[in-house]
Amino acid sequence: MSATRLSAARTIIGYAFAESLRKRVFAVVIALTAAFLVLYSLGAHFAFNEVEDLGLAGDALLDERELTGGTIFGLAMFAVLFLGSVLAIFLTNGVVRGDAESGLLQPMVVRPLGRGTMLVARYLGAVTATTAYVLAVYGATIVATQITGDWTPGHVVLPGLALAAGVAIVAALSVLVSVFLAATAQGIAVFMLFGAGLVAGLLGQIGDALSSRSLMRISDIAEVMLPFEALYQAGLYLITTDASGFTRTIIELGPFGGADSAGPGLVLFAAAYTGVVIALAVAAFARRDL
Amino acid sequence: MQGAFRAEELRKRYDSTDALRGVSLEVAEGEVVGLLGPNGAGKSTLAKIACGLVHPSGGSAWVAGHPAGSHPARAAIGYLAELFRFPAWLTAQELLTLHQRLAGSSGGASERAELLELVGLAEAARTRVGSMSKGMQQRLGIAQALVGNPGLLLLDEPTSALDPAGRRVVRRLLDEVRGRGVSVLLSSHLLSEVELVCDRVAILVAGEVVERGTPAQLTKPRGVEVETAAGTRLIEGAGRDDAPRIIADLVASGERVYGVRVLSSTLEDAYLEAVGERVE
Repeated sequence: MSATRLSAARTIIGYAFAESLRKRVFAVVIALTAAFLVLYSLGAHFAFNEVEDLGLAGDALLDERELTGGTIFGLAMFAVLFLGSVLAIFLTNGVVRGDAESGLLQPMVVRPLGRGTMLVARYLGAVTATTAYVLAVYGATIVATQITGDWTPGHVVLPGLALAAGVAIVAALSVLVSVFLAATAQGIAVFMLFGAGLVAGLLGQIGDALSSRSLMRISDIAEVMLPFEALYQAGLYLITTDASGFTRTIIELGPFGGADSAGPGLVLFAAAYTGVVIALAVAAFARRDL
Repeated sequence: MQGAFRAEELRKRYDSTDALRGVSLEVAEGEVVGLLGPNGAGKSTLAKIACGLVHPSGGSAWVAGHPAGSHPARAAIGYLAELFRFPAWLTAQELLTLHQRLAGSSGGASERAELLELVGLAEAARTRVGSMSKGMQQRLGIAQALVGNPGLLLLDEPTSALDPAGRRVVRRLLDEVRGRGVSVLLSSHLLSEVELVCDRVAILVAGEVVERGTPAQLTKPRGVEVETAAGTRLIEGAGRDDAPRIIADLVASGERVYGVRVLSSTLEDAYLEAVGERVE
């Protein structure tokens, strides 16, 4: 890539990032995030206190702090994934067809940087904003959980990165869909894909609990198609690595249990998947009349 | 000479509609060419193919000797779309800075100031696009198209939202850019404007060029109108060169001549004639 094109790409990343911060949805997400963090802190505080009041502290089989921390922080992980995905979808909403229909895209596309460079740069701009958001909120929930319950997940950094990577995949899917659909249809379609991924995860948990191979296979296939769910599950698994025995069993039976360890294969697959999705978006965008 | 823009047998088909049906057109360096035609004639499609926004179904288009849409071709053009929007949160200054970076222009602050001055927006440098009138945005759009000193300017209805004063600014601006050697392909519905600023005109109807030439070539003599004591009469087919002979003949035959007018059709007449014939 020439220096001029690289400089133009940096400009688009900066523009996309600045545009992300200017969008009203960013302010809405920030307000909702603040509300979530307050409610989460209160919930965590009450949960830790009330479980302590149950008097299970002397029970050798059950680590009540690990159980409460693993479950309540699992909820925080889900909320971070959800809010991050909402932000990713809105920040990439109308990036191609929507902006083309409103006449926003054409003045920039005719510049020499090239359609592919521009689309990748816009994706990176949106991902920069969402990754920063996901890591910040994830970090805030860790601090809130530590303060309210004196509990820290088994792994601190990797689950946050898994969530950020999951949200980056949602953003990539959203960019791909934006090439074909107008803004509203794009938003609906990507939300449905996101929902499908979550349902696939639940299906896997149910299949795991019922020892149903068919359900687990369906879930596995869905997770290959939509690997952000697998990354989220991997993150969930990593937060409770300190739990063992009966405590681990109880956590796994809970709403945020049943997660599997991922390993480096998932990371490589997720990176390749994102690359393919963005490559498809670039190829489709290159052929599109604007 | 390779010319600033050349289209050869250019075709574009959208589903079942032929937007362009073998259009050949050339814009020489430093030339201002006007594209006229009714809605749906293919003017915007032609401009979009020239700047790489639309892929042709057949034929070829070249900008400064490079295939339209290629990197060097895009580096050589400035474009203002008929329907465009700029980010409302940017100021005029910031928008031009963004486009300078995208175009790789090293003009800096002096280029921005010059362009804003050129389109009469020097006072609005710090005004946000969202606070500007449509006319101001259109002038800003022209300034944006001129960023990086392009060799070919593609303007699709650049005066549609402008008041008469704004249109005069654009006319002056076109004279100015022509003076700098910039070629312009101007699509407009305002025939009087095209007649005033364009060196050549092409009339496009249903995806085909049906008339082309200089404005003078497209306008035809309608006759010489003579006012005598017997009344006003029109000598059809006569032109400016015939006027002295006509007057001399009338005076020689004892008539008193009070006034003479050489009549010719306007570009509008030529346009309506070309369009009317095809539409019917």
